[in-house]
Amino acid sequence: MKSFTYERVDSAAAATAAFARTPGARFIAGGTNLLDLMKLEIEAPSHLIDVSRVALDKIEATPEGGLRIGAMVRNTDLASDMRVRRDYGLLTRALVAGASGQLRNKATTAGNLLQRTRCPYFYDTNQPCNKRKPGSGCAAIGGFNRLHAVVGASDACIATHPSDMAVAMRALDAAIETVDAAGKARAIPIADFYRAPGKTPHLETVLAPGELITAVTLPKPVGGTHIYQKVRDRASYAFALIAVGAIVQRDGTGRVALGGVGYKPWRVEAAEAALPRGAKPVADGLLAGAKTTHENAYKLTLVERTLAGVLAQAKG
Amino acid sequence: MQTPEEYELSRRGVLVGGAASVATVTLVPIGTAAAATPAAKAPPTAKVAFEVNGTARELELDTRTSLLDALREHLHLTGTKKGCDHGQCGACTVIVDGRRINSCLTLAVMHEGDKITTIEGLGTPDKMHAMQDAFVTHDGYQCGYCTPGQICSAVAVLDEIKAGIPSHVTADLGAAPAVTKVELRERMSGNICRCGAYSNIIDAITDVAGVKA
Repeated sequence: MKSFTYERVDSAAAATAAFARTPGARFIAGGTNLLDLMKLEIEAPSHLIDVSRVALDKIEATPEGGLRIGAMVRNTDLASDMRVRRDYGLLTRALVAGASGQLRNKATTAGNLLQRTRCPYFYDTNQPCNKRKPGSGCAAIGGFNRLHAVVGASDACIATHPSDMAVAMRALDAAIETVDAAGKARAIPIADFYRAPGKTPHLETVLAPGELITAVTLPKPVGGTHIYQKVRDRASYAFALIAVGAIVQRDGTGRVALGGVGYKPWRVEAAEAALPRGAKPVADGLLAGAKTTHENAYKLTLVERTLAGVLAQAKG
Repeated sequence: MQTPEEYELSRRGVLVGGAASVATVTLVPIGTAAAATPAAKAPPTAKVAFEVNGTARELELDTRTSLLDALREHLHLTGTKKGCDHGQCGACTVIVDGRRINSCLTLAVMHEGDKITTIEGLGTPDKMHAMQDAFVTHDGYQCGYCTPGQICSAVAVLDEIKAGIPSHVTADLGAAPAVTKVELRERMSGNICRCGAYSNIIDAITDVAGVKA
């Protein structure tokens, strides 16, 4: 690991001010992904700004009838909150489908959104990777890529976003609240938060350097049956091959977001109109324009069949 | 041809340096070597004070030091094990402020004021924690390397179930989770056992929980 200087801050304003003073800095909260990447020198910040004790660890009701989840709320605490379990069951289901108990105790809401891909070529510093080293190429295209993206990918990168939580957040229409170094706040709909890889897969979100996530807000509950079905190589503690997060209403309408298929949690609102007609037309709409490799075409079938199972389960 | 004396000199160099190349390096006059090597800049350090197993500790550490390395290398509490060092195996599990975490994936300097419990703090050979006792009774290990992490995790898992924290296999999110084998297996999935002592580990945990699962 490259050496770095360290400071702890106690407010969002102090955090962004610290970033302005120290180019090359990174914010650290739970650290479960950042430190892992620092050990491999895939991330090599010269300064760490510890935001883990900034008072952004509350889950509060919003005037609109939704919830504001502080950026530092731990995954375990978010999954366990009774309001979340009752009104946003999809979010609890997605959270507890991810990582291990130890990691969920440390990982934060904001950090979960910002975690980096688990593409094995991103982690292997002996291999070319446009995300890790822009312009070096992509070893996954033509390599072992059964885990990789089938939608939204580019000739430069076919990595997937690894988060389960983000899939639920996407189906729930979450918004990400931030503050920048000038103290300016904004709310970014999660649909607009992740950047398509294109020719610049190292740029993953629309956050500006030094912009800090302060909260994630959920609109008022939409009811319905909440199901998160994750398909993976082992029954627990593994990343998704694909995941289906769905909210299904009594009349058969609803929402669907997918994990494990692209660079972001994948949702196509227009495809959801077909939900009362079953899984196939919805899957066709969600995966329109899919581009598969020699190893990951199975994901198209797996999405449709998993969605069919989810819809059957929702009917009860 | 190498004389016995030359051989002896080289051998000492190898033994001291631990690598054959060192024997060559030692031939460079000391003054030259010093001039050629820029003074290594000391890595940044930071102070941290926390409580480990009920004892207050203060350390000044290279900022890169993980909590795991602080415990093992600086406080010589070697019960906590380094397995993968990447949060994948759970051998380094300790309990911080009542919650189990991977000590390899957290910086020691971020734990100012925290209360840390390691396997040494749970019990001693003379006065074992109920979970340690149950692991012995049920043969919940073979080589023993993952065992401190398994035990710390198991103790915390029972507290998590008691606190009503749901898991992936909890059927009803509105109800309190129960201590069942299915729940325990899911909750213990972050602790890998290369020897495969899993079924005995679950027996030990259910024994401590006082349920027949």
